[in-house]
Amino acid sequence: MTLSATLAELVRDFKANGRIVIVGASLAGLRAAEALRGEGFAGSLTIIGDEPYEPYDRPPLSKQVLKGWVQADHTQLPRFQELDADWRLGLAAVGLDRATRQVRLANGEQVPYDRLLIATGTRARQWPNPAEAALEGVYSIRSRDDAERLQQALMAGPSRVLVIGAGFIGSEVASVCRDLDIPVTVTERGPAPLIGALGGVIGEIAAEMQRDHGVDLRCRVGVSSLEGDAGGHVRRARLSDGTTIEADVVLASLGSVRNVEWLEGSGLAAGFWGVGCDAGGRAFDINGVTTDTVYVAGDVARAPHVLYEYQFLAMEHWDNAVFGAEVAAHNMVNLEPGYRPHLLLPGFWSGQFGVNIKSVGVPPFGDEIVFTQGSIKERRFAAAYGRRGRIVAAVTFDHGKWLQYYAELIERSAPFPPPPPGWDRPDVMKPIPAEFPEPGVPTAIPDVVLTGHDPNERRAEFRPRDRPS
Amino acid sequence: MVEETPWQQALRYANRANPYPFYAELRKTPVARQPDGTYVVSTYREIVALLHDPRVSSDIRKIRQATTTDAEQEAGASEDVISLEPNIITSDPPEHDHDRRLMTRHFYGPQDAPHQISDLEPEIGRVVAGLLDAMRDQTRIDVVDEFAYPLPVTLISKILGVPLKDEPRFHAWIETALNALDFGPEAISEELQSQLEGGRQGVRELKRFIAELLDTYAKQPGPGMLSAMVHDDGREGHMSEGVLLSNALLLLFAGHETTVNLIAHSVLTLLRHPDALQKLRRRPELIVPGVEELLRYESSVQFWHTRSAVEDIEIAGTLIPQGSPIFLVYGSGNRDPERFANPDELDLERPDNQHLGFSQGIHFCFGAPLARLEVQAAVGEFVRRVENPRLVVDPPPYRHNQIFRGPRHVLVDIDGIRD
Ligand SMILES: Cc1cc2nc3c(=O)[nH]c(=O)nc-3n(C[C@H](O)[C@H](O)[C@H](O)COP(=O)(O)OP(=O)(O)OC[C@H]3O[C@@H](n4cnc5c(N)ncnc54)[C@H](O)[C@@H]3O)c2cc1C
Ligand code: HEM
Repeated sequence: MTLSATLAELVRDFKANGRIVIVGASLAGLRAAEALRGEGFAGSLTIIGDEPYEPYDRPPLSKQVLKGWVQADHTQLPRFQELDADWRLGLAAVGLDRATRQVRLANGEQVPYDRLLIATGTRARQWPNPAEAALEGVYSIRSRDDAERLQQALMAGPSRVLVIGAGFIGSEVASVCRDLDIPVTVTERGPAPLIGALGGVIGEIAAEMQRDHGVDLRCRVGVSSLEGDAGGHVRRARLSDGTTIEADVVLASLGSVRNVEWLEGSGLAAGFWGVGCDAGGRAFDINGVTTDTVYVAGDVARAPHVLYEYQFLAMEHWDNAVFGAEVAAHNMVNLEPGYRPHLLLPGFWSGQFGVNIKSVGVPPFGDEIVFTQGSIKERRFAAAYGRRGRIVAAVTFDHGKWLQYYAELIERSAPFPPPPPGWDRPDVMKPIPAEFPEPGVPTAIPDVVLTGHDPNERRAEFRPRDRPS
Repeated sequence: MVEETPWQQALRYANRANPYPFYAELRKTPVARQPDGTYVVSTYREIVALLHDPRVSSDIRKIRQATTTDAEQEAGASEDVISLEPNIITSDPPEHDHDRRLMTRHFYGPQDAPHQISDLEPEIGRVVAGLLDAMRDQTRIDVVDEFAYPLPVTLISKILGVPLKDEPRFHAWIETALNALDFGPEAISEELQSQLEGGRQGVRELKRFIAELLDTYAKQPGPGMLSAMVHDDGREGHMSEGVLLSNALLLLFAGHETTVNLIAHSVLTLLRHPDALQKLRRRPELIVPGVEELLRYESSVQFWHTRSAVEDIEIAGTLIPQGSPIFLVYGSGNRDPERFANPDELDLERPDNQHLGFSQGIHFCFGAPLARLEVQAAVGEFVRRVENPRLVVDPPPYRHNQIFRGPRHVLVDIDGIRD
């Protein structure tokens, strides 16, 4: 038998009898499982998830669910096909032994695998003072239960909501509060909302938008402490500028933390920004060598991206989870040269204050911005980000239909500024500094992060030094 | 004699039933300059790129007229059409976006409850059932006149508030206007020239008819979208009378001239593909992806002709000079083998079927949700209820118009209508 025939036989055998384990039963985990079956994998498939629920969708949690339009338990992800799998829900993975190829579960059980997919995502960073975080009325939002609790708190008609941190989720929640006619204060350490993801120029527009909708927005201030009443319910917050805010609902939206603790001691390149992997989803070990058995997808993955000078990119976006999972699944049951790369151009959307914000590319990679279409005053426009004369990202406010055009320019590294449109030109079409904060400003962590060139982040040990508010 | 380009050949009436071999030839040059200076775009990738390119205008007034000969100008852009204000299909942002938003509210309902169209589903079902019931005693039917045409015209008239009793009049005007429009080598033929004046007259009459209707509604509010728009509270800005008139014409026209072709073509295509027909009988839920595939396979809007380059555009190795007309040939892009595997095969379950039948980008078909409901109901019920349908004439005779391509009659012998 020739070598290639032997390999083909091996692949066939693996597809028929192999054992695949997926840890993390959410968007990336589910889509990977479906893709594996779609690839013809007929072996045993085990999906381990620490949440008690079948996979559900998170984006609606800070939008339709909070508004009360959709119930939290009606967010299940649609199933595209019957899935023959062994679901282990409500059970966390607590360890990984790569020598014996076993995942250890919280109940002590060991689950053997031939191929493993890590899809454990992220969790919400909690308010750092545990006693204050435990006060009733203090929330964060990542899970279905979180959203349900916060929704109920909003329905109870609070006198004021305090949102700490004006990233996307914080801003969306503030928007929902205003829709529900609930007074809301937003505090942000940086100079403007959304600044980490979109820069100061767009942040300024977002700030105006918030204020126009009646949000009490306070930038360049942090929250020093939260205070409760005798019953243990939060009542007020002290701010770094000496003022206090009376509020009976507090949302800490301080960004996210990668779920990598369970990989401690596994020898994988797991760290603050997630698990390093190659563009095909194959995990790196701590020495920067790719593994053959362990794959990564979704929010917890970081992989080098050709468009961004091969820096490792960590993306907390929905479509990254879907496409990354499909690529990892394909590569898990194929051999070189049949591997596929996950070269997604990052993209996301957000709905707030009646405006649909979308972006493509990595805005913080740019240092200049130019408005290219529409009207800033009316908050319907497109803008492009540039770096060294090349277009690297774009953002639209109520102009999402044009995003694809910019995506193609970015993929081609087309010149910046892009050619002017034939109509509907903004008043000013001159590139200006995009005003991204210096790297290292804690609240301004964007949800697409360039995390350097090192698969193991030896130097990327950035941790917030003080309160991350 | 100069040899005709593949595009000119595709436009010849003799090739209306099967333009696809000419499209295949055309796609060898994705962006092909025609003798009259028009740039014809036939490949999926390039069509999509131009649909999203802000240097492309849809405003017919921006086409540099010098590029077309007098005869073609006469034929392509008759003065009556130009004397109308731009409607959304022939305007650019910001006017386009503003007007479309306003119309969306009146057509679909307010943003937080856009149910007006989906609420019509029972009514659509009733109309379809009535049309099929009426064929009970027949052994031969014309799918176009007896089935495909009545449904969309009934619905759009009701939605807009255009009295259905006037249908014979406006149908005739639209028909003559459509017949007089020709973008091909036959535009200069005597036959077409003789129809030009009739076509203009048709547009004039239609315009007067709608203007009078809007006037009536201005004095006395009535049912439907047109009256509601006349009495718009101006919350989201205003639409001038002239623009409202143009858009009303567009809706009345687009609201049925396209859907009729898709229903007729769908029946024709399914009768030509017995396997697909069988599959649909067995698995009726396939009607949803099936209609998308049928639209990809025989596109009701073969191309669109009002676009032009506002600046020089370099694409697929061709430079489109500023002012040049650009035709995007959806019917060809939908058969592009670079995008669709085995494009000439009908696959009701085709994966990733992002066809161009409703276009893409900001001019994406405004009425697509309505059209989908209508065609799914009509074709689904036809397949379920009509016993043993057999094509009588294949290929059937086609209508003259090149953009709104569709059969004039589809004669089918049947053994009866099931309940
Ligand atoms: C409120 C909210 C709004 C959002 N809005 C948008 C938006 O508008 N647009 C957008 O693009 N993205 C949005 N996102 C981001 C998007 O939801 C994520 O990118 C996506 O959920 C990532 O999927 P994932 O499967 O990689 O990770 P997750 O969805 O985080 O799933 C990981 C799963 O693994 C489980 N897990 C973790 N550790 C273990 C363990 N040790 N053992 C077993 N299981 C474990 C977790 O409990 C979780 O169920 C939003 C996210 C949130 C929270
Ligand atoms: C099967 C049926 C239909 C097909 C195939 C179809 C196809 C299309 C296409 C291809 C376009 C884009 C034209 C361009 O700019 O290139 C379009 C636009 C449009 N269609 Fe349809 N259409 C259908 C039914 C309808 C119906 C039922 C309505 C009305 C209610 C409608 C109203 C419109 C309008 C108003 C536009 C212009 C949108 C804009 O420019 O923003 N269409 N349609």
